[in-house]
Amino acid sequence: MFLINCPYCGERDQQEFKAGGEAHIERPKQPTELSDDEWAEYLFMRKNIKGVQFERWNHAHGCRKWFNMVRDTSNDEIKAIYKMGEKPPSQ
Amino acid sequence: MTKNLRVKSSEYIDETNRISFKFNGKTYHGFKGDTLASALLANDVHLVGRSFKYHRPRGIMTSGSEEPNAIVQINPGNNRTEPNVRATEVEIYEGLEASSQNCWPSVEFDIGGINNFLSPFFPAGFYYKTFMWPASFWEKYEFFIRHSAGLGKSPTSSDPDIYDHRNIHCDVLVVGAGISGILAAKNAAKNNFKTLLVDEKNELGGSTVFENNEFNKINNKTPSEWLKKEIEELKNIKNLEIKTRTSVAAYHQYNYLLARENLTDHLEEKDKTNKIRQRLLKIRAKKVILATGALERPLIFNNNDRPGIMLSSAIKKYSEFYGVACGSKNIFFTNNDSAYESAMSLYNKGINVEAIIDIREQSESKIVKKVKEVGIKIYWSHSIVDTTGYKRLNSISIMKLSSDGTSVTGSKISISCDCLGVAGGWTPAVHLYTQSGSKLKFDEEKKVFLPNQNTSEQISVGSCGGDFKIDEIIKNLNQKLKDTLNINETDLDSIKVEIDHENSKRNIWLLPSDKPLGKTKPFVDYQNDATAKDIKLALREGFRSIEHVKRYTTTGMGTDQGKLGNMHALGIIADTAGVKMGELGTTTFRPPYTPLTFGTIVGRNVGKFFDIFRRTPMNDWHVENKAEFENVGQWKRAWYYPINGETMHQAVQRESKAARESAGILDASTLGKIDIQGSDASEFLNRVYTNAWSKLAIGKCRYGLMLNEDGMVYDDGVTTRLGENHYIMTTTTGGAANVLGKLEDYLQTEWPELDVYLTSVTDHFATASLCGPNSKKILKKIIPDLDLSDENFPHMSFKEANIGSIQCRIMRISFTGEHSYEINVQASYGKDLWKKCMEAGQEFKITPYGTETMHLLRAEKGFIIVGQDTDGTMTPIDLQMDWIVSKKKYDFIGKRSLYRSDTMREDRKQLVGLLTDDPNIVLEEGAQIVSELNQSPVEMLGHVTSSYFSPNLKKSIALAVVRGGKDMMGKKLFVPMENKNINVTVAKPVFYDEKNERLNA
Repeated sequence: MFLINCPYCGERDQQEFKAGGEAHIERPKQPTELSDDEWAEYLFMRKNIKGVQFERWNHAHGCRKWFNMVRDTSNDEIKAIYKMGEKPPSQ
Repeated sequence: MTKNLRVKSSEYIDETNRISFKFNGKTYHGFKGDTLASALLANDVHLVGRSFKYHRPRGIMTSGSEEPNAIVQINPGNNRTEPNVRATEVEIYEGLEASSQNCWPSVEFDIGGINNFLSPFFPAGFYYKTFMWPASFWEKYEFFIRHSAGLGKSPTSSDPDIYDHRNIHCDVLVVGAGISGILAAKNAAKNNFKTLLVDEKNELGGSTVFENNEFNKINNKTPSEWLKKEIEELKNIKNLEIKTRTSVAAYHQYNYLLARENLTDHLEEKDKTNKIRQRLLKIRAKKVILATGALERPLIFNNNDRPGIMLSSAIKKYSEFYGVACGSKNIFFTNNDSAYESAMSLYNKGINVEAIIDIREQSESKIVKKVKEVGIKIYWSHSIVDTTGYKRLNSISIMKLSSDGTSVTGSKISISCDCLGVAGGWTPAVHLYTQSGSKLKFDEEKKVFLPNQNTSEQISVGSCGGDFKIDEIIKNLNQKLKDTLNINETDLDSIKVEIDHENSKRNIWLLPSDKPLGKTKPFVDYQNDATAKDIKLALREGFRSIEHVKRYTTTGMGTDQGKLGNMHALGIIADTAGVKMGELGTTTFRPPYTPLTFGTIVGRNVGKFFDIFRRTPMNDWHVENKAEFENVGQWKRAWYYPINGETMHQAVQRESKAARESAGILDASTLGKIDIQGSDASEFLNRVYTNAWSKLAIGKCRYGLMLNEDGMVYDDGVTTRLGENHYIMTTTTGGAANVLGKLEDYLQTEWPELDVYLTSVTDHFATASLCGPNSKKILKKIIPDLDLSDENFPHMSFKEANIGSIQCRIMRISFTGEHSYEINVQASYGKDLWKKCMEAGQEFKITPYGTETMHLLRAEKGFIIVGQDTDGTMTPIDLQMDWIVSKKKYDFIGKRSLYRSDTMREDRKQLVGLLTDDPNIVLEEGAQIVSELNQSPVEMLGHVTSSYFSPNLKKSIALAVVRGGKDMMGKKLFVPMENKNINVTVAKPVFYDEKNERLNA
């Protein structure tokens, strides 16, 4: 059970949060101009790596805000948390 | 014959408080302070159970939670019965009953014992190898295997006890109240850290309180004397909470630990009632100090499992702590000095010690010299090669050990005895440490795995950190405390320690016998009967990974998780395979450390608290009017309202007819409601719904379909424009929370530039849906001054009005196809609104209807229910709802996916209507649809999604999804059922009032 430092509320128990998959996948601005393959890349392809991963999390049972997290999936160390729209910390 | 083996009174045993208890039906006596194990031993009962596979007689081996053998059924036949309880942890109380497990008819004479003689036929992997063929026989094998397997019996009636959960936040959690834990907790608390100290036992002090080696001194006192004073002082320390009988079961990441606090298990039956039995502590600690101690290892030799063979440290604890002699002719077998301490403990109490067998060549420590002085015979460089005594040890045979430790030589000496203490060294209890994700490293010198790489704020102190001697413990503890608590001085600075130095070590994982390994039984895992032979067989058969060997041989897979034997298993594998133990690693230690009851895990979440449920403001009325309820998401919704013993079918037929012929009323309060405000609200709706919203006039309503980005229908509902920048969206009952979450996601992450604010108002409004040709008249009676003409208040429009002083929002929208109104009031007025409608509707025989009738009525109209007629694989095109998908909008969620090659396939499953050729046959929802009956394998075209008997059409109707169904109008298909084939015809998915004339009727 992680202890997550919500950028708006502070440290809260993991059960207040929902994981939202890989971060920094921007919705294409002009979907109609994409080929099926390009659209599929956006729609379906997600990384699931062992190691440092960029993720989206939502404080679903709290302030309902989305934010980003850098987590090492091999030991669940949370390396950084930053707000939506902010630049990811360099590795 | 029962002997009394009480030796000398112990301060932990209250001999004035005699307690009687039953074991296997026979009454025994013990004293307050005894465990079941110590009380049985005092009555000279060693045989308490049978092993799992060979049904070998087994006795009490240990004095703690690591016990593999003495597992018993507590209170058999009672609804508080509990299987697999360690006799070494049960505190006795008046009236306690316990019985042996895994034996029939009795522990003394067990039919299953025949397995012991058949054991050559039960090698490792026996079940995997034997019951594979023929595969079809598995079900028959399984019956017998399941019947013969299993330890103990679960209760058959419900648990009478109360369980609880508690969240604890502390600065420092100390696990284990031995000498290290006590000193750590004391110093943390004194330095203003909010500290929690837990221990699984009922007394503090761990093993040090019966530490009696006269050559060890702390501040010139024996360690036990000194520690008892420290324990006294704990009472006066602020910031310190102490919990005994509390076992930490799990240590998760970020210092989140689960512990089980036992509150009533040690109390008499009459004192258990109405009290919390066990409490699950959910602890979040800033720092964790693990002081979990070490477990003594046995030695692995031929027939090392007989009742009467125990851990040396356990024999010491029984004599010092419980005042019980485990035997009258005792022998110790050891590879280190700790057995000499046990021997002296017995000697000082007048208990006979016959000999000590030591695999080492010599030892020069003071305690060894003392043993020699008192005349106890020591056999150096000897090993036990066999033992005898079926239900109780009666002799051992020893032989000289070769210098390389792989064989024995010389003549065999037999010594008679009734109790053997084995001392194979100490294994740090690192279970919790590794559960936390931290990593171990093998220490070649100490032959143990030690904490190496911490992943959270934690330290391991005392013997679980590899410090076994008091001087090491104090010194390292002092430094670790200063570092982790960031303090400059501690109580420990001034402590002076003298110790008896041990200078000789010898470790042999598997001791040789004069017989070949194949003819011996050196048990590694006592509970599961895994021997060294099984482990070697697994290696010969090609298993290399420690995890695979574990599963194949079942080593370490008992309820004790191999706390005693795992290290030997690793050692034997390493020796046999010629690898280093450090490279081999360990198996994964998984929670719980000791078993938890289900009660503790669920706590209060039983019965009606099992899951959260939500009720509408009108709920009381539904209950008073005998509604049956159904669960929709977390909501309890009125399902139908049976009158005079009607069946559901009868009630629904009556309700459906009434709603179409006169008036019906539905509690629609559960529909999700999201208030949307902001200058970009219209643009936002344009992006989330498939249809266009910009031109919706204020005061008008529109139905919307929401897709996932993959183009599949996600939710639907009517949204009303309340103002220029203000909408109210309704969602499906079950989808409300997810829709809000999804919309928030897009707003916050993809379109942060939009000025839109979302608020869930589901619970703020109560909604009554008034429908039927007389609904207008009823509404007119309630709100006489509202102009209900089609011109002023047409279908798909909205009005605000007052019913008396109650403000309400009324939408003229319809999910039934009838002229209808959804009236929304502040939730607290919901019941009032409902009653007013019922009163006004009386003259029109207004009929309350539930969700089942609602489903039937909408199915007559072919309106879909997201989640029933769709399943996450249906596009709007599949649903034949092309009309709602805007061609003009540049983009909306899911639009691009509607043009993927897969979603444009002609042969996708599409929503159609189905009519049975026999109008009285109602199809089963979920039934499969085929076009050919005599084809094999038959091609499945789709399935029935909604099916009802329509009282208004007087025939059966159904909605279904059928591959390529759109182009099958009028085609004959079949629904094959178990005993008949039903002929059906594909129809349009709308059965009633196709031209929507009734909306304005």
